Amino acid sequence: MTAHEDPAAFAPELILLVGAVVALLTGSFVRQERQWSAQLVAAVALAGSLVAGATAGASGQTLYAGSYAIDAATFAARLIVPAAALLVLGLSAGRVRGSARESEFAVLVLLASLGTILLAGSTDLLLLAVAYLLASIPLYALAGWARDPAGAEGALKTYLFGVLLGIVMFLGIAVLFGLAGSTSYADLAQRLPGAPPAALALGAVAVFAGLLFKAGAVPVHFWVPDAVQGATTGAGAFLTTVPKIGALLALYRFVLVLPDDAINWRLLLALLAAASMTLGNLAAFRQDDPARLLAYSTISQVGYLLMVVVVADPVAGSAPLAALILYLAAYAAANLGAFAVIAARPGPSTLTDYRGLARQSPALAGVLVVSLLALVGTPPTGVFTGKLTVFAATWDGGWAWLVVIAAVNTVASLYYYLRWIAPAFARSDPATGPAAGPSVPGSPREALAWPARCVIAAAVTTGCLALLIGIVADGVLDIGSAAIKW
Amino acid sequence: MLSLLIFLPAAVAAVLLLARVPDRVALWAWLVTGLVTVGLSVGMWAAYLHGHGPGQFGFAEQVPWMPGIGSSYHVGVDGLSLPLLALTAVIFTATAVYSLRERQQPRSYAALFLALQTTSLGVFSALDLIVFFVFFDLSIVGMYFVIAGWGHGPARRRSALLFFLYTFTGSLALLLGFIGLYVASDPHTFDIAELAAHPPLTGSGAAGPLVLAAIALGLAIKTPTVPFHSWLPPAHTDAPAAGSAVLAGILLKMGTFGFVRIAMPLLPEQWRTYAWVFVGVGVASVLYGALVALAQDNFKRLIAFTSVNHMGYILLGLGAAGLAGDAHARSVAVTGALVQMVSHGLITAALFLLAGVLLDRGGSYDLTRYGALAGPAPRFAALTTVAAFASLGLPGFSGFIAEFQILAGSLGPATPAAAVAALGIVLTAGLFLWAIHRLFLGTPRTGQVAFADLSARELWAIGPLLALSVLIGVFPQSLLGVVTPAADHLIALVGR
Repeated sequence: MTAHEDPAAFAPELILLVGAVVALLTGSFVRQERQWSAQLVAAVALAGSLVAGATAGASGQTLYAGSYAIDAATFAARLIVPAAALLVLGLSAGRVRGSARESEFAVLVLLASLGTILLAGSTDLLLLAVAYLLASIPLYALAGWARDPAGAEGALKTYLFGVLLGIVMFLGIAVLFGLAGSTSYADLAQRLPGAPPAALALGAVAVFAGLLFKAGAVPVHFWVPDAVQGATTGAGAFLTTVPKIGALLALYRFVLVLPDDAINWRLLLALLAAASMTLGNLAAFRQDDPARLLAYSTISQVGYLLMVVVVADPVAGSAPLAALILYLAAYAAANLGAFAVIAARPGPSTLTDYRGLARQSPALAGVLVVSLLALVGTPPTGVFTGKLTVFAATWDGGWAWLVVIAAVNTVASLYYYLRWIAPAFARSDPATGPAAGPSVPGSPREALAWPARCVIAAAVTTGCLALLIGIVADGVLDIGSAAIKW
Repeated sequence: MLSLLIFLPAAVAAVLLLARVPDRVALWAWLVTGLVTVGLSVGMWAAYLHGHGPGQFGFAEQVPWMPGIGSSYHVGVDGLSLPLLALTAVIFTATAVYSLRERQQPRSYAALFLALQTTSLGVFSALDLIVFFVFFDLSIVGMYFVIAGWGHGPARRRSALLFFLYTFTGSLALLLGFIGLYVASDPHTFDIAELAAHPPLTGSGAAGPLVLAAIALGLAIKTPTVPFHSWLPPAHTDAPAAGSAVLAGILLKMGTFGFVRIAMPLLPEQWRTYAWVFVGVGVASVLYGALVALAQDNFKRLIAFTSVNHMGYILLGLGAAGLAGDAHARSVAVTGALVQMVSHGLITAALFLLAGVLLDRGGSYDLTRYGALAGPAPRFAALTTVAAFASLGLPGFSGFIAEFQILAGSLGPATPAAAVAALGIVLTAGLFLWAIHRLFLGTPRTGQVAFADLSARELWAIGPLLALSVLIGVFPQSLLGVVTPAADHLIALVGR
């Protein structure tokens, strides 16, 4: 614990905060048709934060009286969150550009990203609570950003769930504070082992509840499909990608303070992981709306991610943390890629509408295949190496049955991802012509406005990233080689 | 050099896709690439014979990939993989010749097959479980698009999906087994050579059989053996002729190759314990495949089911290797199994290409709609007859060498099984003779279209495959020279 603080160590977060303020001011003062400058400010801030985070590395130091750690988990969040947020800005350009609330979108993305990074780095329950609020409140607004009935319903559901589970989480924090007399993780780790198991279990499970809400895991996942379907595509992409990064890293960090012998939190999380992947998959089978399909797919993906939390350990160079970081990065790229394809084709809303996509836009079809096969975990994509390391770490930790359940679920998930790929590669019916009509963005013959180009670029970038992360997996695994600190 | 061989087709495929070359150029580039890979693999074969003992890997390359989890890009060849590398090169070249007149999106078609060739060469060269798995899985993706994109028949997408779901399920079981091997090894590694040197699950109680079960399930689905074969007939029926040739000729061998490269040397104790299961499954596949093939009117489904039969022999031979008994006899059985992989690849690829000709001319695979084709199409009749005789194991063809060795080798260790399996030969002989009888003799069917004989292109695609089968049948030493030492070595590994 260091008393003296170095503001530069906090630069990636500060850049996001300043970026949000500047974007807000820009949005308030420039005319409607020049609102894109707020988006530009946001993009620059995200890029700056990414660079600052990359150069800062995982020093292992703690800031602000031990309430914030700059270790492997924070380092990973500082890289993955801004990169994912940048891609979200790119893939939502087509929808957001020209809207009355263009700058708001950018500000909300920045604030939610900041909250997410803080969530990942918190080593104090109070900071965790603040980060939870900062990461959640912009999301409620983001879910309802379009101000249409579907968005309102999704936003309301997200809000009610978020507030309820936030209160539960705060209750848990209060209980843990009562048990340990401190909210700092370092103190909790020392003092919780002697605490009464029942109270400890209550406190821990209540904190889990809040973090599982952010992750969108069973049993607090009910908001995910409605929010994703109701929200604009960009917001849906953000909702299903970025909060998870913070939530799972925070969860990983939090479980390490829990004594293993007093409560069997590992078994609880293992059961939740199994339930999440299974229920998410089963629900995804029937979906015809691609956004809703991705919403359920994301619930199932949280199950795989939770597997590593089950075997969390604080050791330097630990395989579980490295696996979690790799999976998060790879999942972010794959999931954003799939959303980017939806964003690039604003019209169609069912899987069969994607018939003939391969003919009309080979690039988009390529991104779709890479992203969906990546979500399945097909080599050589990043999620494959992520799944491989996650499975290996979980098995190595003694949870082979969970690995088997995850493998069975992976097989099941194939079916619904293929339901989307298959029509994309079907020949369009010559009688009716291509379902989406001739005006498909991404077809080479058409001159495109820059927002549409942005969307395509984001799609292609995510597709490439989904592949690249698998090939350079070792570099990503290296990020997890430093220990968790508090 | 080995990496060059593996990635050359993929590199050409990338160029074809990005450079938007004309269609005819793409098809010829495919053919030329195929010929180059044939040259490379033959050159490597010759070089390996001089200077490498059994069990040694030639042309090995190892580059760190994910050192954190003990996985590296490790490739190399030995007597088990060299014949399959050469077979891959030959069959893909034959399909390139056959597809020279492909009209439907030929550029993507050529690129897809070239990419598939890279995955196949990669599987047969891999010395790291993850590298093996990556190529194994990518081959499934590639074949899915071949069937879904260029297949025919109203159910092609359904067949492609069935194929994908089945084989992908198998590959995940395989992955579980690989992770089990990784977790059990100390230090943790995915390296096949290291794992083979120190089998990780020796004396491990329940974990060993479970890991073997996972790996065997994955490989059995890919092979395929009874009862995991049900994806095969629809996939073959709806795939284009070249796709079927590659699927049966090469992709099925990935399963059987996995047994000799991974399951047997890495889990020798478990293989010996459960060898009787593999013998049983092998015999069941032999009989079931032959009997169901007998009931087919669809020529392509008939060939597909004889594949199940032929794969059954391979499993019988490999299972016999794990039983107690004379080491020499078991080595003969394994040699036969390895020869069968090559032989079945050549013959079945030829048969599927011939089936493609049938569809091209008559629009159907239905045997009941043809008759007396020997008159209008003598070359087609001759080649089909030769291929059928090769497939049923007539002496003088590679199939005879393979099946004779398997049966002779397993007769000692697994007497009843070998005796029952021998019945399969009688059944296949009967069904092929009957099929030839229906196709080429008798009187023309009413409404039968004019049937043009094989073109030079088709002749050049199919002829060399059968010529190679004859070459192996007449001069088996050409193949046995590299296969027999490898089989002896494998028996020694399994015997540990």
